[in-house]
Amino acid sequence: MSAATATKTAIPPSGGGLSRESHPLAGTGTLLRFNLRRDRVRLPVWIGALFLGTLSTLSSTVSQYPEAEDRRSAAGSLDSPAGLAMTGPGHYLDDYNYGSMLSHQMLGFMAVLVGLMSVLIVARHTRTEEETGRAELVRATVVGRHAHLTAALVTAALANLALGLLIAVGVGGQGTEGVNWGGSLLYGAVHTMAGLVFAAVAAITVQISQYARGASGMALAVIGVAYALRAAGDVGNGVLSWLSPIGWAQRTYPYVDDRWWPVLLGLALAAVATVVAYRLSTLRDVGGSLRATRLGSPVASAALTRPIGFALRLHRGMLAGFGAGLLLMGVMYGSILGDAEEMIEDVDELREAVEKIGGATIAESFASTVMIVIAVVAAVYVVMATLRPQSEETAGRAEPLLATGLSRTCWVASHLAVAMGGGVAILFLTGLGFGISGAVATGDGGLFLDLLIAPLAYAPALWVTAGITVTLFGWLPRITAVAWIVPVYAFLVGYLGQILDFPDWLNNLSPFGHVAKLPAEAMEWTPALILTALAAALVALGLAGFRRRDLETK
Amino acid sequence: MTTATTAISVSGLVKSFGRTRALDGLDLHVGTGEVHGFLGPNGAGKSTTIRVLLGLLRADTGQATVLGGDPWRDAVQLHRRLAYVPGDVELWPNLTGGEAIDLLSRLRGGLDKSRRDELIERFDLDPTKKGRTYSKGNRQKVAIVAALASDAELLLLDEPTAGLDPLMEVIFQDVILQARAAGKTVLLSSHILAQVEKLCDRVSIVRLGQVVQSGTLSEMRHLTRTAIEAETERPVTGLESLPGVHDVQHADGRVRFAVDGAHLDGAMRKLLESGVRSLLSHPPTLEELMLRHYGDVLGANGANGATRAGADGAKPVPETSATSAVSATSEASDSSEAQR
Repeated sequence: MSAATATKTAIPPSGGGLSRESHPLAGTGTLLRFNLRRDRVRLPVWIGALFLGTLSTLSSTVSQYPEAEDRRSAAGSLDSPAGLAMTGPGHYLDDYNYGSMLSHQMLGFMAVLVGLMSVLIVARHTRTEEETGRAELVRATVVGRHAHLTAALVTAALANLALGLLIAVGVGGQGTEGVNWGGSLLYGAVHTMAGLVFAAVAAITVQISQYARGASGMALAVIGVAYALRAAGDVGNGVLSWLSPIGWAQRTYPYVDDRWWPVLLGLALAAVATVVAYRLSTLRDVGGSLRATRLGSPVASAALTRPIGFALRLHRGMLAGFGAGLLLMGVMYGSILGDAEEMIEDVDELREAVEKIGGATIAESFASTVMIVIAVVAAVYVVMATLRPQSEETAGRAEPLLATGLSRTCWVASHLAVAMGGGVAILFLTGLGFGISGAVATGDGGLFLDLLIAPLAYAPALWVTAGITVTLFGWLPRITAVAWIVPVYAFLVGYLGQILDFPDWLNNLSPFGHVAKLPAEAMEWTPALILTALAAALVALGLAGFRRRDLETK
Repeated sequence: MTTATTAISVSGLVKSFGRTRALDGLDLHVGTGEVHGFLGPNGAGKSTTIRVLLGLLRADTGQATVLGGDPWRDAVQLHRRLAYVPGDVELWPNLTGGEAIDLLSRLRGGLDKSRRDELIERFDLDPTKKGRTYSKGNRQKVAIVAALASDAELLLLDEPTAGLDPLMEVIFQDVILQARAAGKTVLLSSHILAQVEKLCDRVSIVRLGQVVQSGTLSEMRHLTRTAIEAETERPVTGLESLPGVHDVQHADGRVRFAVDGAHLDGAMRKLLESGVRSLLSHPPTLEELMLRHYGDVLGANGANGATRAGADGAKPVPETSATSAVSATSEASDSSEAQR
């Protein structure tokens, strides 16, 4: 339909044929320019940060491992279940030059970030527009049925192409030993491929959920599953990695084998997902979703009309989502523990690496290493949940509530209770999954309790995260986004720092850096109590700030 | 000015948002048991005033007392005794209207179940629908029902019927009259002048963050000119020389003029001398009272009626008695008198 009708622009509307105005893609160009105008700061920041992150990783690798001998020892220390789960497939280790080091350590991680960028772009220009009613306004003009989705996908594609090109040229142009142009071109293309796949996934999820928050959550869950599959596959026999687009990205082996065909696999998946998204979009109304809205209860239950019950109701979807996701992650990590045990029996050198943590078994040291990932994901939940009162406030829904007998303190505290308690519940669920599957995989029943308790050591760090967020909300509501630094920083120094050997003081700046690394280490109560006291002080500070400021009104 | 007779007392309220001065020394007095109209164009400061009265915003300077308490310090205690309907109701997308009503009224401290059901019935609201599926008018209904279902002494209504259909408007007026009969105090911000004329005992007109006029409708009318059109047996003479009489015109044995409220008596005596056959008297409408304060704004925008309202007192032939009232009252002396 598209190619044929696009040329029939000369036919006047009375002629009966499809004029350009009634074409389903009418207005796409204008919308695309509009999207790029709206994102003129956002996209360059994303692309610039990812690009500079790549370049600085490459240069720090070069300065940190100057000799081939250093690189071989790095390869040796990463050749463990924990190392492979955090990085990528072991095949890279066979020829560990600067190029393969970059691909091995960065690709999985970059694929997640590129995916995150793409999901946020697509959700922002499709479902957010519908949710706020702006899409209705735009669609009432000469804009075709598929224009919004197309413009959003093209925006994401342009961003990913720009990033891929920049990385290929930037990395290739460094002239680093082992980093050739052919590999760099592939390395950049892999980023574009990963971004396109997850943009297409988001194009599907925005058809399913009526809310941008839900749609991006679903797409992020897909990214999470893709990452977990590749981690499990890379530690095990590799089969699971082939179920994950992130696994495909890593299996192009830039600078090692320079395989292009997994990129084509990714592009094919992106194309199929895009077609599905367009099909689904024709099955629903503007602003609607694939599921019809059901009627609900005409009266509120007693629990709902209490502040904490009401807060739980608003949070329950996200809490359940994160809980289920982390439970699965725990099960996944637990299942690798068996492989870990086997591996140490085979490879003597590994004992050395394990002894760095001292006195712990390989399973325990592996569990301690991945625990930071679990804690960071829980911290992401805590920040999102703690920022919920702010989204209620800016949406104008706090105003009628705070005009009742509900005090400001009580209102924010009810959300905080769910955020902080929910964070602990999520840690508990992760520990449960980890413990059960870990005990089964290793056949060591004693591990169950250790793994169940271990994530809970991070609870005080989560509370500090909530405290920092609510303090921003109370005193500087315009810059609450700054709170995201906490989990991002914790991830950078806690996870990448373990691979790239950051100095200790960087780690000490993060509340997560002060948590005892259970189960490999023993519990330390002093830092836990100090973090808890700090969290309490921050919460009190944030509540005081919110009590004294104006409510933001529409 | 004891708390027993004053529900809301505000003096010299100032509130700035950055460089915008939303309230600029606003004074407002609402007596207990009265329905008080709060009039003014968009951006005049009505919503800001109500939000200060709710303790949602903190005033920069000035005094505000609501039901004898400080709206900022005693917000929660006061909120148990008052109910609020915002002009733009936002509901929780996945909560039903019924749940939102129960939530808001129970958090306020109590819910009269039968009253709630009766109001839902009267406003023809489906309480089983989810928040996001309601139209604008239905969202307003949810807030109105929630406000009226609990037994509040004071109702703060900020353009409550925006988006309601005319049938629902009638029901709303009826419900407010019931509330007044039950002794409740109502502060009603509104653009619907017919609604205000029907419901309100007293009216305050806001402009640029200040109350420019306040009083009962009859007081306000008294301060303004009444348009008179009379048919007399003999031509009326000497009207022009009477104090307070303006814009006199004779045509076909009829006389038309505008007269200040205070001089109505003298003008009528003069008419009677000439033998009145028929008499049309037209008190200024609320719209005219409003235009009187906003005429220059409209004039600056080149609006039609305002060119007349903003005229310098030279007398274009008034087409209707209404316009004469408007054009005649544009002098500065009159408005300063009105401000008291």
